[in-house]
Amino acid sequence: MLSRTANELFWMARHIERAENTARLLDVTYRTSLLPYQPQEPGLAWAEPWAVPLISTGGATTYYKTYPVLAAENVLRFMILDAGYPSSIYCCLRAARESARSVRGAITSEMYEDLNGAWIEMRNYDYQRLQGIGVSEFLDWVKMRSHLFRGVTFGTMLRDEAYHFIRLGTHIERADNTARILDTKYHILLPSAADVGGAVDYYQWSSLLQSLSGFEAYRKIYSDVITPRRVAELLVLRDDMPRSLHSCLKLIDDTLEILCDDHSKELRRQAGELYARLHFGRTEDIMRYGLHEYLMDFLQRIYVLAAEVSARFLVPTY
Amino acid sequence: MLVPNLSSPRMSSHTYDEMTGQDGGIRAHYSAFANWLDNTDATRIAQKREEAERAFHRVGITFAVYGENSHSDTERLIPFDIVPRIIPADEWEVLETGLKQRVHALNLFLADVYHEQRILKAGAIPAERVLGNTQYRREMAGMDVPGGIYAHIAGVDIVRAGAGEYYVLEDNLRVPSGVSYMLENRKMMMRLFPELFATRSIRPVQHYPDMLLENLRGVGPKSVENPTVAVLTPGAYNSAYFEHAFLAQQMGVELVEGQDLFVQNDTVFMRTTRGPKRVHVIYRRVDDDFLDPLAFRKDSMLGVPGLFAAYRAGRVTLANAIGTGVADDKSIYPFVPDMIRYYLAEEPILNNVPTFMLYKPKDCEYALANLADLVVKEVHGAGGYGMLVGPASTAEERASFRERILAAPEKYIAQPTLALSTCPTFVGAGVAPRHIDLRPYVLSGTDIDLVPGGLTRVALREGSLVVNSSQGGGTKDTWVLA
Repeated sequence: MLSRTANELFWMARHIERAENTARLLDVTYRTSLLPYQPQEPGLAWAEPWAVPLISTGGATTYYKTYPVLAAENVLRFMILDAGYPSSIYCCLRAARESARSVRGAITSEMYEDLNGAWIEMRNYDYQRLQGIGVSEFLDWVKMRSHLFRGVTFGTMLRDEAYHFIRLGTHIERADNTARILDTKYHILLPSAADVGGAVDYYQWSSLLQSLSGFEAYRKIYSDVITPRRVAELLVLRDDMPRSLHSCLKLIDDTLEILCDDHSKELRRQAGELYARLHFGRTEDIMRYGLHEYLMDFLQRIYVLAAEVSARFLVPTY
Repeated sequence: MLVPNLSSPRMSSHTYDEMTGQDGGIRAHYSAFANWLDNTDATRIAQKREEAERAFHRVGITFAVYGENSHSDTERLIPFDIVPRIIPADEWEVLETGLKQRVHALNLFLADVYHEQRILKAGAIPAERVLGNTQYRREMAGMDVPGGIYAHIAGVDIVRAGAGEYYVLEDNLRVPSGVSYMLENRKMMMRLFPELFATRSIRPVQHYPDMLLENLRGVGPKSVENPTVAVLTPGAYNSAYFEHAFLAQQMGVELVEGQDLFVQNDTVFMRTTRGPKRVHVIYRRVDDDFLDPLAFRKDSMLGVPGLFAAYRAGRVTLANAIGTGVADDKSIYPFVPDMIRYYLAEEPILNNVPTFMLYKPKDCEYALANLADLVVKEVHGAGGYGMLVGPASTAEERASFRERILAAPEKYIAQPTLALSTCPTFVGAGVAPRHIDLRPYVLSGTDIDLVPGGLTRVALREGSLVVNSSQGGGTKDTWVLA
């Protein structure tokens, strides 16, 4: 298959997944922002709940170029509707649709029609309309469109190279995004050290779990109070949790085994190594190392892996 | 509602209608269709017309440019009309033989002007018309192409005038488009009205992609047994992108953009996920100027650096060849009958439209005196732009054209206004006659062949003679009867 085609499919999948996870990230922020909160020191803007999505997606600098102050409305405008911010939900859906259009022959017509439909709906949103239906309702819509597209892909597509590049894109993006969302808890400061393990702490962890569709799973598996250690275990190391880092890496590793030939041994090695760290990793080691530090290290590694995928298959340098 | 309204003021008595004769009777080859139209419920037809429009939208058979920031629907649909244009078997036989003859001569002409230039030396065509033409590519001089074929795909525009006689209006030898509509229109008609095809008297066209692939594989570089073919497109923003993607998919070959190809040691490769893969034949839908920034326009982002060198080295075939524009230029068109006589020693089967070449003072004088009756065209114009249709023009338009002609007469030709034939067409108020043309697609490779039919374009505006899709034209299915 043409490298350009593979590249468009890979990024189509990444952009849809990113739109979904941005919706998840905003959802957890929105929930957290409804909890009682008093800044410890005035002027510590980065500790505000609404700063968190900007920090964890790396969009803060761009944000402050357009919006002088941190405010819920501005962050929502920026991360949902901003046509100039490449990671906004608007831009993600536009980019995904453009990619699909440019490689229509490589996907099924059902997939194209579904994505085209999502984009046409997205185009009709402005802030007023967003407020009208409610932020949570809109974020649910984004998640639903992503689910729908994944379902159409799964249900209609030939299991060929194109399908595997789509899966690869989805899971690389998801691994990255799950790590970022999990790390948001690190940035949300508690009113005081005494609140660790208190009510606000609990609500923060539970809304984080909910945003990653992990709340019900947590209850099923642990039937116990929510602790940071278990949340980390669930979202990093559990292989049966579809958004966990372990699950993502398993899919990435499996897909690369199909796609790689003798010329891509280094890529196979990197993916295998990262997978093994999760497959054989222990929660106590992660907690001892520090969850935040662990996630930062993971983000770096997944970034390097994606760059290797790109150089090997998508944008070859020969 | 089925009988076309022949009393329309625009319809002069010498317009030929494809379906209805001068006496008001239905022509024999239309009788079966007219019967069907007579006996088919109008509501069903209305339903089917809506169904066709929905289907074209959903499948995305669109045309025109997609605007990045626009909220309007800029991926437009070319209107499709369900009344077919029907060509009887005997007429098609003449057309087919005439088209093969014409395209054969055009290819011989191209081979000649890029080699010995016998026809120029013989004085059959003035040398300066050819060698001084901006479409003449010096880079091609002395270079051999496989089989001596330059115009692998030719889209020849044909019209029919008052007495029912056919004329060739234009030979499109560069990157003629529209064949996807021919195929989709047939598919749509068979889906909407299968009963019309039950008599099995309509000759099929759907094998065109197979013929095209065979044709392209037959013109690969020497000693390549199993050539790899690719379609080269300028990209998703090109107005004919749908067609490029469609043809690649139908032929089962890769659709590539310039960035997907690279040249190493005069050999062209595609960048694939399994490494470089050699390409032997490129069906290119990119204009000459943009093919290779090293050889032609340096600012081209659509081309492939080194492609021309690989082509010159005979390591890759381009279809169509570079430099075919010198044979379909409007200033060369008047000489095509002479080419046929010169190369084939035959009389031309198809008529040329009498053409005044305004670089000749006498022709120019005549044209200026008769602007109101003539069609004036820019020599290098295309798409129905830069054109004056005398009888439909205003005095101001004529005055402005007069100035432009006087400033640069060599840029214009003039032709009598042909009363293009009409075909019944669904319009807002019912069925009415609208002017049509025909573009068959002639394939040249190891032999010359074409599918029976082509693309019929229809000018949907009453009285309009401009059938181009960019100017409100629609399309029809074209039936050649067995």
